[in-house]
Amino acid sequence: MLENRKFIIIGVFCLVGLLYAARLFYLQILDDSYALESSSNSIKRVIEVPYRGQIYDRSGKLMVYNTPVYDLYVTPKRVKIPDTLAFCRMMDITLPEFDSIMNLAKGYSAVKPSVFLRQLSKEDYARIQDALVDYRGFEPVMSSMRTYPAHTMANALGYVSEISKKRLETQETPYYRQGDYVGHNGLEEAYEVDLRGRRGIKYVMQNVRGVDKGSFKNGEFDTAAVAGKNLYTGIDIDVQRYADSLMLNKVGAVIALDPSTGEIITSVSAPTYDPNLLSSRFFSKNYRKLISNPYKPLINRPVMASYRPGSTFKLIQALIAQQQGSLFTSTYYSHAGSPMRCHCRGGNNLRGAVQNSCNPYFYQVFRKYIYHNGNPNTFKASALGLQEWHDHVIKFGIGEKLGVDLPSELRGNLPTVGFYDKAYRGEFRWKFSNIYSLSIGEGELLISPLKLANLAATIANRGWYITPHYVKGIGNMGEGIPEKYKEKHYTDIDPQYYLPVIEGMRMAVAAGTVKKDADINGIDLCGKTGTSQNAKFGHAHDHSIFIGFAPMNNPKIAIAVFVENAGWGGVAAASVAALVAERYLKRKTEATKLNDWLLKQNYMPPLSMLPQPRTSASTPKKPADTATKKVLPKDSLRRPKPMLTLARGNEKLRIKNEE
Amino acid sequence: MARNAEVTRNIDTLTVVLYLGCVLMGWLNVYAAVYSPEEQTHLFDMSTNAGKQLLWIGTSVLLIICVLVIDHKFYDTFAFVFYLFMIGMLLLVMVFGSNINGSRSWFKFGGFSLQPAEFAKVATSLALAKYLDQPGINLTKQKDLLWVGGIIGLPALLIILSNETGSTLVFSSFVIMLYREGLPGWIPLTGITLAVLLILALIVPFKFLFAGIAVLCIVVILLLPRYNRNVRNMVGIGLIGVAMMVTATGVDFFVNKVLQPHQRNRIKVLIDPNVDPLGVGWNVTQAKIAIGSGRLDGKGFLEGTQTKFDFVPEQSTDFIFCTIGEEHGFIGSMVVIMLFMALLSRIVILAEKQRSKFARVYGYCVAGIIFFHVMVNIGMTIGLMPVIGIPLPFFSYGGSSLWSFTILLFIFLKLDSRRTNSLFS
Repeated sequence: MLENRKFIIIGVFCLVGLLYAARLFYLQILDDSYALESSSNSIKRVIEVPYRGQIYDRSGKLMVYNTPVYDLYVTPKRVKIPDTLAFCRMMDITLPEFDSIMNLAKGYSAVKPSVFLRQLSKEDYARIQDALVDYRGFEPVMSSMRTYPAHTMANALGYVSEISKKRLETQETPYYRQGDYVGHNGLEEAYEVDLRGRRGIKYVMQNVRGVDKGSFKNGEFDTAAVAGKNLYTGIDIDVQRYADSLMLNKVGAVIALDPSTGEIITSVSAPTYDPNLLSSRFFSKNYRKLISNPYKPLINRPVMASYRPGSTFKLIQALIAQQQGSLFTSTYYSHAGSPMRCHCRGGNNLRGAVQNSCNPYFYQVFRKYIYHNGNPNTFKASALGLQEWHDHVIKFGIGEKLGVDLPSELRGNLPTVGFYDKAYRGEFRWKFSNIYSLSIGEGELLISPLKLANLAATIANRGWYITPHYVKGIGNMGEGIPEKYKEKHYTDIDPQYYLPVIEGMRMAVAAGTVKKDADINGIDLCGKTGTSQNAKFGHAHDHSIFIGFAPMNNPKIAIAVFVENAGWGGVAAASVAALVAERYLKRKTEATKLNDWLLKQNYMPPLSMLPQPRTSASTPKKPADTATKKVLPKDSLRRPKPMLTLARGNEKLRIKNEE
Repeated sequence: MARNAEVTRNIDTLTVVLYLGCVLMGWLNVYAAVYSPEEQTHLFDMSTNAGKQLLWIGTSVLLIICVLVIDHKFYDTFAFVFYLFMIGMLLLVMVFGSNINGSRSWFKFGGFSLQPAEFAKVATSLALAKYLDQPGINLTKQKDLLWVGGIIGLPALLIILSNETGSTLVFSSFVIMLYREGLPGWIPLTGITLAVLLILALIVPFKFLFAGIAVLCIVVILLLPRYNRNVRNMVGIGLIGVAMMVTATGVDFFVNKVLQPHQRNRIKVLIDPNVDPLGVGWNVTQAKIAIGSGRLDGKGFLEGTQTKFDFVPEQSTDFIFCTIGEEHGFIGSMVVIMLFMALLSRIVILAEKQRSKFARVYGYCVAGIIFFHVMVNIGMTIGLMPVIGIPLPFFSYGGSSLWSFTILLFIFLKLDSRRTNSLFS
């Protein structure tokens, strides 16, 4: 009987065998979650971030490059810090900062490394390298940081920093991940895709402690990183830095173009800051300081500031009126019959009116233009006339985005018929007498400095422009420029109508509204001044505007200058424009008297004029009154750098009212 | 040469082939488990576990020759002497042994260590065979049962005192042999029921457990033949059901009220690895990932990632099955399981053929021990058994384990060879 129990015993053995076979079948064949877990367990995607493209000026001089820096990684489990306070002092962080970084790292993983400090410079690293021996668990990893050797053009270049949450969520194709670096603002953002290159992905096998154990399947699935393309710009670094120095202690913008190509030669937004400030590991601290600065250095004034163009707009009026046939070279108007005041003697023809910037003259020109359609109803005539005016003015690129290669360009405002209909609550409820301030560029017009520079270029070209742009090559000089930056845009004004206006502009500089010293010998500058009303603060604080080009024939540079609160356009703005044009054309500054005079001028608006944040943590600086103009040391001409150079973590803005 | 032929005569070839298959596969998998793609260690590198395992295999061959050369009567005659010697060793190791992983159960000789507990299984099997070989032994008698319990319990007690819970549990495998030799069927049945109840009490809510027991009782009553379905039997079955419920409640009370929280966790994690995913549960989770990721045909020899990069702990000893599962997939795993099933069946068939009770009892002991090791070891890697640190016979790295299983198996083969010998003599 007992012998039969062997069947039960063998049965039990086989039952267990079958049970295990079924379990293995489930684990290995049916359930594929284990295979996935296995690969996420041991195969890690390692991202190789390529070098970001460098940025060059028009002659191939380096403007932006990458400096090797060190990211310090920490492995919490291995950390041994004998003296935390001394450690924090060495790392230049506070104890609470240290705690929060360590907690973040621990929350990620106790045994895998996470970022402790980013972007330690070679010097910083050298300083702590020896001391790090005493602190276990820290490991440096090579990385790179944007560096700006020319210390200029911060706003137009933009900056590179960690991607924002919003941008991370709104990206169209999912390329970026948390913690990735990305270009913000300026050229860094506009040419992000070219500059960043293509990320490489390497699959490596790691053991349980996160230690690399070689590539997965000999790199079959790896993709190599492709370095970013270099960006060549039309900027002339020498002129740019010279213009920077001229705009010290001033608020405003300088923008210069090569009229034949539309390339931007100089792009100054004053006050500015050293772009290196926003590439260091003190990014957030520096950014906070910049954004709370009352002079708003983060605004890129050439494309983001909107001004009334003032008298510079008379150039367009003269051009479109001639084309319409309501204005001739010989047309003569006196001051009589105009509500506008004027500072000239009166009684000009077209050339003289441009030369002397005669307000009553252009009042009459505009009046004639608006009523040229001959409609007996003045309300209807005004609407028809303004529509015609608008359709011609817009050909100059005014009232819409020009399409410069920056992400932050603003439209400005070119009033339409609808605009006034809305303002006066109904059709035909307004007429010329309501809109005549447009005749001299006041009223509802809003134009950015870039558009005025483009106007200067259009006049310099006698009737066409190429959309202004920074790019002069992607990858190599002259390659990869978008087609839209090669295309000529024609105004519908015949070339011959430009000639009297240009003559007037030349006369304005030689013997008109422009300060005498600004007619620099040998550059043949043509220009038009403007004084944009800023009546809120009295006429002492009108904005000074100048647009022009040089030389008169075969122009090489077109320029627009805005100096806020500097009064007459013929003084500050014209001087800056003349000196910048001279530097570009002659490669040197011979008008030293004008240069020295200008450097001494301080047009910083008093802080009391500026909107203040509700509570300011630091006591506001003593207002620098325009009356107490600061005298700069004479040799500051030769070295604009001291004001611009900013040691890391020691941010001195360019705006300094007192030592 | 003549002597060699004499030694190997009548040794069961199939068992030897199965044995060699296990040992060679074990060796290759130990090599795979410790192989590092960076270092590209050699199969024969003596500094690695694979190289050392080769040494253990070589010495095992020597042991086999010794075992086969010695006369079969020797094992019968000196069974109790071996047993007492092993008891002495177990006592000695508690005093002089080296402390490895918290248990004082190893003798260290230079670079090698030996674990007497592994060899205690062989000695106990021989002693049991010798005791049961006496005429008039009846396993339904209390006196004989007590003796058998004593022979098994004494080494088990000594081993548990040196903190080797896994090796102690192996002694429960003798119940298979005892069942074959006439132990009343209700004893193993009760044991298994208790073990199952203990586990269910921890993972199944009470209402389901009680409902399940009630349903089971009713089913059993309905299955009874009509003539047996009387009041007495039905009350008896009902009482057993109530006893099961009480036991389950008792287990639950003990675990949740008497034990300290950390002890409770250690028990619960045996059932559910997710209780402590980075502690004890880690082993089980990683082992399952390794085996599960092997899919049908595995990742290929030396291509495993989980076992290689230390995700699975103890991968060359207790968790060697993970390497097989990961690198050779379902096919490889089935080969191993079928290998063991074939070996076990062969041993049981051979044991039944024995004419001496001594040899038969010993054969069943061997089958039981190997079965218990295989069931628990593979079961824990695939999440069907709690993590109990015992090796997979012939596969796991380790000299003591390989030696003891080799001796265990080949003594039986020697005894078996006498069966056919005697036919001709």
